[in-house]
Amino acid sequence: MTAVTAEHTADTTHQAHFDAAVAADERIEPRDWMPDEYRSSLVRQMAQHAHSEIIGMQPEANWITRAPSLRRKAILMAKVQDEAGHGLYLYSAAETLGTSREELLDKLHSGRQKYSSIFNYPTLTWADVGAIGWLVDGAAITNQVPLCRCSYGPYARAMVRICKEESFHQRQGYELLLALSQGTPAQHDMAQDAVNRWWWPSLMMFGPPDEESAHSARSMAWKIKRHSNDELRQRFVDICVPQAEALGLTLPDPDLRWNEERGHHDFGAIDWDEFWQVLKGDGPCNEQRITQRRRAHEEGAWVREAAAAYAAKTASDKAERNEAQVEATA
Amino acid sequence: MITAADAPALPALPLGDDALVLSHRLGEWAGHAPVLEEEVALANIALDLLGQARILLSLVGDEDELAYLREERAFRNLQLVEQPNGDFAHTIARQLYFSTYQALLYGQLATGDGELAPLAAKAVKEVAYHRDHAEQWTLRLGDGTPESHARAQRALDALWRFTGEMFQPVAGLDVDWQDMRASWTSSVTAVIERATLTVPSGPQSGAWAAGAGRQGLHTESFGRMLAEMQHLHRSHPGASW
Repeated sequence: MTAVTAEHTADTTHQAHFDAAVAADERIEPRDWMPDEYRSSLVRQMAQHAHSEIIGMQPEANWITRAPSLRRKAILMAKVQDEAGHGLYLYSAAETLGTSREELLDKLHSGRQKYSSIFNYPTLTWADVGAIGWLVDGAAITNQVPLCRCSYGPYARAMVRICKEESFHQRQGYELLLALSQGTPAQHDMAQDAVNRWWWPSLMMFGPPDEESAHSARSMAWKIKRHSNDELRQRFVDICVPQAEALGLTLPDPDLRWNEERGHHDFGAIDWDEFWQVLKGDGPCNEQRITQRRRAHEEGAWVREAAAAYAAKTASDKAERNEAQVEATA
Repeated sequence: MITAADAPALPALPLGDDALVLSHRLGEWAGHAPVLEEEVALANIALDLLGQARILLSLVGDEDELAYLREERAFRNLQLVEQPNGDFAHTIARQLYFSTYQALLYGQLATGDGELAPLAAKAVKEVAYHRDHAEQWTLRLGDGTPESHARAQRALDALWRFTGEMFQPVAGLDVDWQDMRASWTSSVTAVIERATLTVPSGPQSGAWAAGAGRQGLHTESFGRMLAEMQHLHRSHPGASW
């Protein structure tokens, strides 16, 4: 009984420290005490974020071998490489919470953890690469910039680095679309068609409406999240409208108009049935994306085993050499 | 369209084609690598090579016209670099053979005073990294598990017959090709033996001994690779991207 009470008191003290730190906008670090739910909620969010970087390589890598100029090909390769790097940062950040990359990848491969639903849409033309840069990366940045102030230190620091690179990708995507929009009529049509297909899925990236968002309230109280889904979605729409105009492209929403009273753009209803369907696994590319990821992992197993076996051998060789050296010295 | 007959005969062209084609093959790995670190590494090498290709091709003409509007008979790359990726061991064997060659070639060119010396001086630093990557993986695969050992040996054997082509003189390059062959052989032999593997004993060139890739004679998969690479560019003649 005494032990339980002591533990209870210690937890209460810890909780009070934690709450005070969060309230004071201080960063929570890996060795600090944190509530179990805070830890598991962060693991879930950071893993999903890391998985999205890794799965997100696929729709763009789909166009590397067909990029229409060497300059564009170099830009696209660099971007896909950056995404792998972002995945690595985020897995490392998640590991500070006591999980491992292997465990997280296993959960991705077995469908127990998710990735962003946007990557379940196909890249059908070259212009999709630009639309992903402008809209998908744009939405990601809108979501992620506030995460640079997230209460968990390792996540916040990873986001600072990631956001810098993402902003660069976003400008490149915009510039790609601009070149198409101002190009031949066929190129302009290709750009418009891509924007038509990516606009609504991009708005869905902010997650369900506030009243249906399961984790929002708690994440905001913990200062993992700083703004609600709908707030960020509105901010994104307001940013995109003038950009679309500058591009000479239209956004596929007849209800989109400036609302003087609100000081924001009103926009049409999102097809939430489609959102939930894609999230459940029934989107256009869910099966394909996860199958490719699993296959890369399974077909690479012998390579990882070889690296591990070699590392073990060279480590034991080194140990033997050291031992021999110690004996010789003695 | 640029056909075999009017492909320029400058030495930057074959070297540019090597880099362009190998970069493309490595780009095919994106999203398929055995471990995330290799997604980064293979893309990194592909990007370095693409950078080299762009500089080299620009010395010859318009980089995009040369990359996208030539037919396969007008390409001057080694057959080695156009070989399909195969499994990871094949990709690494191809990298080992080629990066060793490139390191020696650029090393020689960098010390000369030819047109390519400045490019070579920059590229040797990149190529040293590529070579180290290939050597480290050859050791891990060769001296890893029985399966990786067998796969690494198969890959070295399968690609061996494309290595002889590397030592045929390229017109306009001031390089000691005999010395190059000797240095390449001793360097590659050392790595293969350290990896507990066997240096292949077959011939270093197949039936297309007469210049092969350098003369525009390629293997079958190359045409398909170009079809994919050039399709979009060719579908929109005159467009800018």
